[in-house]
This record gives sequence, structure tokens and C-alpha cells, in this order.
Amino acid sequence: MKQNQITVAIAGNPNSGKTSIFNALTGAHQHVGNYPGVTVEKKEGSFVHNGVRIEVVDLPGTYGLEATSLDEKVARDFVIHEHPDIIVDVVDSCNFERSLYLTSQFVELDVKLVLALNMSDMAHASGQMLDLKMIGERLNCEVVETVGSKETGIDELKEAIIAAMSREKKEIRFDYGEEFGEAIEEVLAAIKSSGKDRMLPHTDHWIAVKLLEGDIEADALIRELHSGNSERILKLVGEIRKKIEGHHGDTLSVLMAERRYGFAAGLYREVLRKEPSERRKTSDKIDDFITNRIIGIPIFLSLMYAVFYMTFKLGEFPMRAIEDGVGFLSHTVSVHWHGPEALKSLIVDGVINGVGGVLVFLPTIVILFLGIALMEDTGYMARAAFIMDRLMHKIGLHGKSFIPMIIGFGCSVPAIMATRTLEHRRDRLATMMVIPLMSCGARLTIYSLIIPAFFPDAWRAKVLWAVYVVGILLAIGIVKLLRTTVLAGESTPFVMELPPYRMPTIKGVLIHMWERAKLYLRKAATIILAISIVMWALTSYPKLKHYEIDRAVEAGTMLTESEINTARAAEALSYSVAGRIGKAIEPAMKPLGFDWKISTALIGAFAAKEVFVSQLGIVFSIGEADEESFSLREELRKNYSPLVGLCVMIFALIATPCMATVAIMRRESGRWFYAIAQFAGLTALAYVVTLLVFQIGRLII
Amino acid sequence: MNNTLDKIKIGEKVRVIKIASGGILRKRLVEMGILSGATLTLVRIAPLGDPLEIKVKGANISLRRREAAGIRVEKISRKK
Repeated sequence: MKQNQITVAIAGNPNSGKTSIFNALTGAHQHVGNYPGVTVEKKEGSFVHNGVRIEVVDLPGTYGLEATSLDEKVARDFVIHEHPDIIVDVVDSCNFERSLYLTSQFVELDVKLVLALNMSDMAHASGQMLDLKMIGERLNCEVVETVGSKETGIDELKEAIIAAMSREKKEIRFDYGEEFGEAIEEVLAAIKSSGKDRMLPHTDHWIAVKLLEGDIEADALIRELHSGNSERILKLVGEIRKKIEGHHGDTLSVLMAERRYGFAAGLYREVLRKEPSERRKTSDKIDDFITNRIIGIPIFLSLMYAVFYMTFKLGEFPMRAIEDGVGFLSHTVSVHWHGPEALKSLIVDGVINGVGGVLVFLPTIVILFLGIALMEDTGYMARAAFIMDRLMHKIGLHGKSFIPMIIGFGCSVPAIMATRTLEHRRDRLATMMVIPLMSCGARLTIYSLIIPAFFPDAWRAKVLWAVYVVGILLAIGIVKLLRTTVLAGESTPFVMELPPYRMPTIKGVLIHMWERAKLYLRKAATIILAISIVMWALTSYPKLKHYEIDRAVEAGTMLTESEINTARAAEALSYSVAGRIGKAIEPAMKPLGFDWKISTALIGAFAAKEVFVSQLGIVFSIGEADEESFSLREELRKNYSPLVGLCVMIFALIATPCMATVAIMRRESGRWFYAIAQFAGLTALAYVVTLLVFQIGRLII
Repeated sequence: MNNTLDKIKIGEKVRVIKIASGGILRKRLVEMGILSGATLTLVRIAPLGDPLEIKVKGANISLRRREAAGIRVEKISRKK
């Protein structure tokens, strides 16, 4: 610990306003990363006070330090292994008693503590009065009243942090009662008698308590340091546990946890000068509408629609602007380039278009995260999960899975990112895996091309609707499958706090939003860029030396410039790696009703769904085609049957998550394994389903 | 009069007698202040019939019916 630098960890319950305290302390000087080895966000920042530089780490919100969830484990590991100088425990003053459960664990760890009684304005308004001095004495900590959202009490907090550095340590021991107290003494004696004196980084008392609770970490610590003696200690612990559990019929760890809650409650009663009034709060009144049995769901659906609408409509304008900008850039470079042809193509078609493909998503993502930040910061997100849980649980998911899936109907990329609100890995993975089956907006371009080409007016809406429904049904099936096999596990409890509604601060929401956008740019961009270049190479190389069409022109065929160009493009694509792959897999695709042209276009679709349409246009020598193109539809009608058209849509629905999806999947799940498994699984599923549809269809029609 | 938490009426105030669940669920309950002797009130039921919203020490906690079924409670008679 350098003289002029301190590390502070900010801990506290979820919904205690921890983030606003962190923001108030660090302002713009913060950045987001990951805790090593896990996909939990790590927020770090710093500030300077009276010449001292203070590094701040925002720990995940937790209710306890028992390490039952990943968030808890991360918070705990940081406190225990990284030894921050000070811990700032941010407490929701209106939930003080419950918050003391976590606080007491910090006290037992003998860390230097600052208690930030946050949301103190609301607590005062409710009539609650606490004896701050007594709190400081009982817990041997600095006590400060703050209102994070209004940045009140922040200076006092900074002072308190400095003051805490020079506070004298006092061993505070909570009363676990006679039975457990004795047990702790027994274990303590065993530890002390083993000779190793305070070599453990934590007080023997804490170790004794944790051993009795069955804490894996404490177990490991004992094994490490005491070797021979550790067996004796652990055996003693086991015996005590058997005896006590025999009496009570509950596990020792639960009994001790309840005991701990008991002294948190006792402490609260001691320091409480005036009780808060039990008057119905505004938040409850609002909930009378929001989670109302009758209008709750309509309100929910309208809000979902609003978020959706906002994300994709508001995003349209900046998206167009960026598309145009990218187009302008590639055109300019194209025209003024004087270097080698190949390099130009790499830069224009590969890099600029690749990066452009990433940037184009940015407005959508930023707006979406604005929506999510608003929902989270106001407290609405918890209500949404509350309302939807029954439905989601039936499928094997969690209430919080609903919103990401809805977003998936617009675009998989922000949808997968939105699964961050799911705390439990299995729920999160299961949700992420099936999001691509929520037919996204880009796939709509494929449907818009094919449906009018093959189906009469009366059928069109029904076919489109059917495609979406197939996606949803498959998703439900796959989740059920995943949850009974590889992602099986006990349903994570839905014990969730519905925090009081709060007015979000603009600063808080914007910071929230901007952090996510930055992350997206940094990580997804690199992968997408790499894949763009690969796709470019696949569709451009090898180059044809002589075009058939040129020979035809020389032989006398009359063609316009543009006709010659499109014919050349068709030949080039056919000659390229992508084209050859298309031809090579044709035999495998024939049972699905696909020929090499469709297959080649599907390969292009990996870059982005919309590319399917334009590649198809090239292959049929239409030139620049989009989904409105009549001539392309003509060609399709000439060459394929409606059944094939249907099969193409089904294949496109299930398979080919675009590369952006693969990239985001890798980033959000933390491993390539899941991204590849998803890609392979969906492709295989698409193959099988399309095969069945085509073969059975052929028999029927 | 004895009952389990999932069977009480909206607005009813009850005291926890015993909790049958164990494991992670039990830990979560304790963290929220739901343990023997605690006072709970059923605030409302979600539109789809599940989960339940319970008031504990001034905070609102959601709980699935199945999770609530493991909590044995007794009605607190109003004394005025």
C-alpha cells in the first residue's frame, strides 16, 4: 500500500444505489472490464482527495458473502484475496436491518469499513431515525449519510474514507448464542493449538465460523496451511456439525446464517431511535397499476412495444446516416485509389464494409441500452420479470429471459447483450442459445423477397406468421431440451427484490448506456472485422482470368456495359471459393431442394442476412438486387417451386446466425465453445427440419 | 391457525413458524429476512397467478408459489 494511494471496494446489496455512489465518486474516470476468468463486469475508477489518489472498484451487488452465486463469489474473492484498503458498504437506509446481514460479515472479516447510509432522504421522509454514533461504535466503522442520486454527502464520504485508514482495529465478535458460540470456541482452540500463528490472512475467528458453515474457501485455507493438523481440525468440525444438525434438523450453514440475521436484527433495534411509519408508499401505489391482475399485462406489452419501437425506429435515421457515410467512404477510396487493385478491394470491400457493418449496429445498440438502463434504473425491470416469470418458468427459463427474447425479434445482437440481467449462468446460456430463433429483422428481407415471389396475396400474411411461429415453437423445444440435458440444474430460485420505483438521473442513465456501447465496439468489432475479411476473401478469390462473357462479346454478341458487368460478377462469384463451396455442397443440399446458387448465397448470408438477397441477385445476373426486385422474383419463380421457397425461408430462419451474432455470443458467454455450438447446432437443426419439410412436402404436393 | 405462505390471502399478515426448504433457496430467504419469527404480508399475486409478492420488513420480495409452499406460517391476530 503506497502512502499516497488507497484501494477502495464499494460493496452493498443490489438496489442500494451503489452505482450512483460509484459514479458520484469517480465521475467520468471509470472503465469497465471483467473479473479474471468470469463474465462478470468489473467497474473501476479513481479520484483524488487531499492529494491522495483513491482507486475504486465497484463490486457486484450481493446480499451476503457466502458465495452461492457467481456475483457473490466474485465480490467475496475480491475482498478476501485482493485486500482492498477500505470497504465502503453502501446501504439502503430504508432496508437497514436486512443490509446489516452483509455488513456484519465485513465486520467479522475485520476490514476497515465505511458505512454509507444511502437514500437517507427517503429514510428521513419515512420518519426513521438512527443513532449514527452508536452504529459507528458497535461496528467500529465510519458512518456517513448519503443520497447518491443527488450526490449529497459525497464529500463527507471521501473524508470518511481517509479517516477510516487511521481507525484502530477493534475485534468485534457477534453473539452466536450459547450452542454455536461454544462450537466456535472449540474450533478456535483447535486452530490455535495447531501452532501456526496467524499465518492465515484472516482472523482465526472468521475461519472458525466459516469452517462450521461449510465454506469451501475456509476449508481450502486450512488444508493449505496446516497440512497434518488440518485433518484434525476438519474432523472436529464434521463432528460438531453432525451433533448440532442432529438436534435442529437444519444444516449448520443455514442455522448460522439465521443466527447472523438475528444479530443484524438485534443491532438494528439497538440503533433505531424512531421507527419508520408503515404508511403505504408511493411505489406500492404505482404497483397497483403496473402489476395489476387485469391491466398489468396490457401495460407490460405496451411498454415492450414502445421499447422495441424506440430501438428500431429511432435507430433508423442514424443507421441510414452511417450506412451512407460508409458508402461514401468506400466510394471515395475506390475512386481515388492508386495502389494495387487487390489491396484496394481488401480495404474497400473487406475492411470498410466490415467495419461499417459493425458501426451500423451501434445506434440500435445504444438506444436499446438506453431503454434497458431506464427500465433497470426505475425499477421496472424487476416488475417485468415478475409478470412474465410464470410463462418463462414453464418453458425452463426465468422471468428476466422475456425481454431479451422480445428484442431478438428485432436483432439478435442487442438481444444477446440484454441477457446480462440474468444472474444465473444456466438461465442466461439457455436464453442466449435460442435467441437467433426469434426471427430477426434481417431475415425479414429474405422473407420479403421470397413470399411475394411464390405465394398469392391471400397466403402471404399467413406464411409470414407461420415462419415466426415455427421459430418460437422450436425455441421452446430447444430450451426444454437444453434444460433437461446439458444445461440442466435446479431451477434457480426466483427470490427477487422488487425495489421501490426511482427517478433515474440523466447522468446515471447515460453512463450506464455509454459503458455498454463502448464494450460492444471494442470487442465485437475486432471479431466481426476479422470475419469480414475472411468472407471478402472467400467471395473474391480466386480471380478469373478470362470471362466467358468477354468471349461472347468478341464473338459478336451485343450487350450493354452493365449487362457485361453483371455477367462478369456472376462468373466471378461462381469461380470464387464461396461459389465453389456452393457447388461442392450442392449434392448435400439437393435433398433440401437447394442448388448451388442458393447454397452460395447462403454462405454470403453468414456475413449478414441481407447479403443473401444481394448474392442471389449476383448469381442470377440481376446485378444490384434487393428484396423488392421484380426481376429477381421472376428468376426465382422460373427456377424453383413454392416448396423450395418455403424451405429456403425455414433454413434461413433456423440456421445462419450472422457473424455478428457469433461474435456477440462468444463475447457474452465468455467462450468460443458456446458460439460454435450454437452455430453448429442451429445449422444441423436447420438441415434436418428443412430436409423433412422438403421431402414430406414433395410427397404431399 | 396454521398454513403455508402460498395459501394465505392478500393483505394477510403472518408470522413464519418453520421453513422446510434448504440449500440455495433457504440461504436466499434468510438473506431477505425470511426466517422463523419474521413477519410477512402477502401484497399481491402476479397477473399470471405466479409468483407472489411478499412484504418483508418494508421491502417487497417476489417468491414462486412452490418456494412459498415450504414456508409454514401462522396468522397474526390483530391486537388494538
